[in-house]
Amino acid sequence: MNLEKVVFAFFIVLAMTVNFGFFVGEMNDPLHHNVYELYMAIVVNLIATILKFGDRTHIGAVLLATSLVADLHLIAAAVAWGIGLYMLDMGNDVLGIVVSLSGGALLANITSVVLLVVETMSLRK
Amino acid sequence: MTKASSLILRRMRVPLLVLIATYSISILGFVLVPGVDENGQRWNMTFFDAVYFVSYMATTIGFGELPQPFSAAQRMWTTISIYLSVVGWVYAIGAILSLVQNNLLKRALEEGRFIRNVKRLNESFFIICGYGETARLLVHSLNTRGFRTVVIESNRERLDDLSMSDIPNSVPSLAADASDSEVLIEAGLYHSMCKGVVALTDSDEVNLKIAISCRLLKKSVDVICRAESLDTEANMRSFSTDYIINPFESFASRLAMALHSPGSYLIYQWLTGVPGTRLMEPATPPRGLWLLCGYGRFGKAVHRFLTFEGLKTRIIESDHELTSPPEGSIKGRGTEAVTLRNAGISDAVGIVAGTDNDTNNLSIIYTAKEQNKDLFTVARQNHGSNKKLFQNTSVDIVMQRSDIIAHEILSVILAPLLASFLQQVKSHGNLWSCELASRLIAIVGETTPDTWGVAIDEKQTPALAAALAEGEQVSVGVLNKNHFDREKRLKSMVLMIAREDREHEDGIRLISLPDEDQPLQAGDQILFCSREGVRNEIAWVLNNRNALHYVQTGEQVSEGWLWRMFSGGSRHATDA
Repeated sequence: MNLEKVVFAFFIVLAMTVNFGFFVGEMNDPLHHNVYELYMAIVVNLIATILKFGDRTHIGAVLLATSLVADLHLIAAAVAWGIGLYMLDMGNDVLGIVVSLSGGALLANITSVVLLVVETMSLRK
Repeated sequence: MTKASSLILRRMRVPLLVLIATYSISILGFVLVPGVDENGQRWNMTFFDAVYFVSYMATTIGFGELPQPFSAAQRMWTTISIYLSVVGWVYAIGAILSLVQNNLLKRALEEGRFIRNVKRLNESFFIICGYGETARLLVHSLNTRGFRTVVIESNRERLDDLSMSDIPNSVPSLAADASDSEVLIEAGLYHSMCKGVVALTDSDEVNLKIAISCRLLKKSVDVICRAESLDTEANMRSFSTDYIINPFESFASRLAMALHSPGSYLIYQWLTGVPGTRLMEPATPPRGLWLLCGYGRFGKAVHRFLTFEGLKTRIIESDHELTSPPEGSIKGRGTEAVTLRNAGISDAVGIVAGTDNDTNNLSIIYTAKEQNKDLFTVARQNHGSNKKLFQNTSVDIVMQRSDIIAHEILSVILAPLLASFLQQVKSHGNLWSCELASRLIAIVGETTPDTWGVAIDEKQTPALAAALAEGEQVSVGVLNKNHFDREKRLKSMVLMIAREDREHEDGIRLISLPDEDQPLQAGDQILFCSREGVRNEIAWVLNNRNALHYVQTGEQVSEGWLWRMFSGGSRHATDA
């Protein structure tokens, strides 16, 4: 067992699960979408991105790309939430945009985890 | 991803993680820690407020407590956050600074720059492996002749010497082991402009490895190798290395040439020197008894060549057991008058100081001259730095090893025609060479001439090829006429024409020193020799139909349509 691999896989999977936790639920129901969860998703995603830095293999490059996509979506979601709440006074209507953006991030995170599994499988062989 | 950027990203992982951790902990803390407003009501920062506050706090900008004055709990958390973030930043900046000074990164950047520079080369270039005295001369000469060079050398100090030298074009160089085939590829082995690889490292083994790698990686490239032992030479030959240069052998053969045919030797030196440098003076060695000091690898080769020339030699060698010289040899170093007298210096006509020690060689020459004033002296110079000393000793011929190898390589790679021309020079004998030498001096003056080859085809000589295709007769003499004033001759001459000829044994007929009225044919390869810069003048005649027409007939062709209208015809004569 390699501690580096554990940490690496831990953050990639955690990024997906936290992202999923925020995304799941009724679109416009504020009770289903917690702001702390979005915050955690952003932080964990950033950490996962940095862990993927500096890998020169092809699969490493694709992993990094998926993470960057997820970061982009989640930060866009946070910015949209801030703008909707404080500048446009949209109230809970903004949640639709935020949740759908996080859904995009979720797809990227799922791709990332699939790639991770594929890489592990090929290592086994 | 390049090596350098991947290295930067990998090194920045931990500092970035530390920054993200400090920021996220501080932000989360500010959202959770409660504040109290002026009415005594509890309030919590939103994430937006927290991100805003932490952003200016962590970078020590400090706008104050926003959006309203903090509670004690919030101030406590602010204190903790300040220390957290400052430590985080100090660590990150320190990591960046140490990364910039990191040798690994420096090398990776250097390598990246080297690869980019090589990729960008758009002129023919040679890869030179090993940068010693020979390579320095070679690089200099190739660069002044319009070729580019790429240098691989494992010793950094030698590369510093390269970057300090005043070579006209920049020379991409890399400190690496040339026996690594990856390095050869980085140096542009697969580059379409790569004309050849010259292996000049000190180690035979490395040179052999380079020869093998080049043969296996790219068949079309010329490989020129230096080999000190006959064993390696044979091994290289089995890998069909194009040219193998044995310093001792080529050195001795040049010396033999200088002795039996000084004219040929001069022409060899002139045609392969660095353009623009002064020509060496001619010297004629006498025939008779020659003393040979030193019987090592070099001495043996010299002895063999001199005996072949029919010259009587007597060897002076201090270590008879190790070198086993022929019978009748004198024991001693040759630096003492007694030894020289024993060897019969008063009867000798010449002496070769050929030990591997420059001081001893100088001392031999000095002592020998004291014994016999009329002695013709040949000294072997081992190190370039001793040049001045040898110049001041009034030695008739100084032979420097690195110099000779460089000339040998140049004659091979400058123009394939030049090598066959020099072969002709060798076979024609001394008288012919002396005549050629005096003709050359008349044309090029006292500096080393520029030598280059050109083939008559549509690509290299469009005007000439078109004229010949139309059935026009062009003779060799035309090429040496000035395109501004055809009465004046350019400072140039045609050394040789190589013409395809089925009836000839090699399929190619060589016409050396063609007459002025020798007609040219399409497909001919012409070897020119000219003063520096004249090459461009000749290029006009070869490439511009009007210039060619003028030197042929003396008629100036009107170039534009308007001018032709005014002059009333397509051509008008200006030739007086």
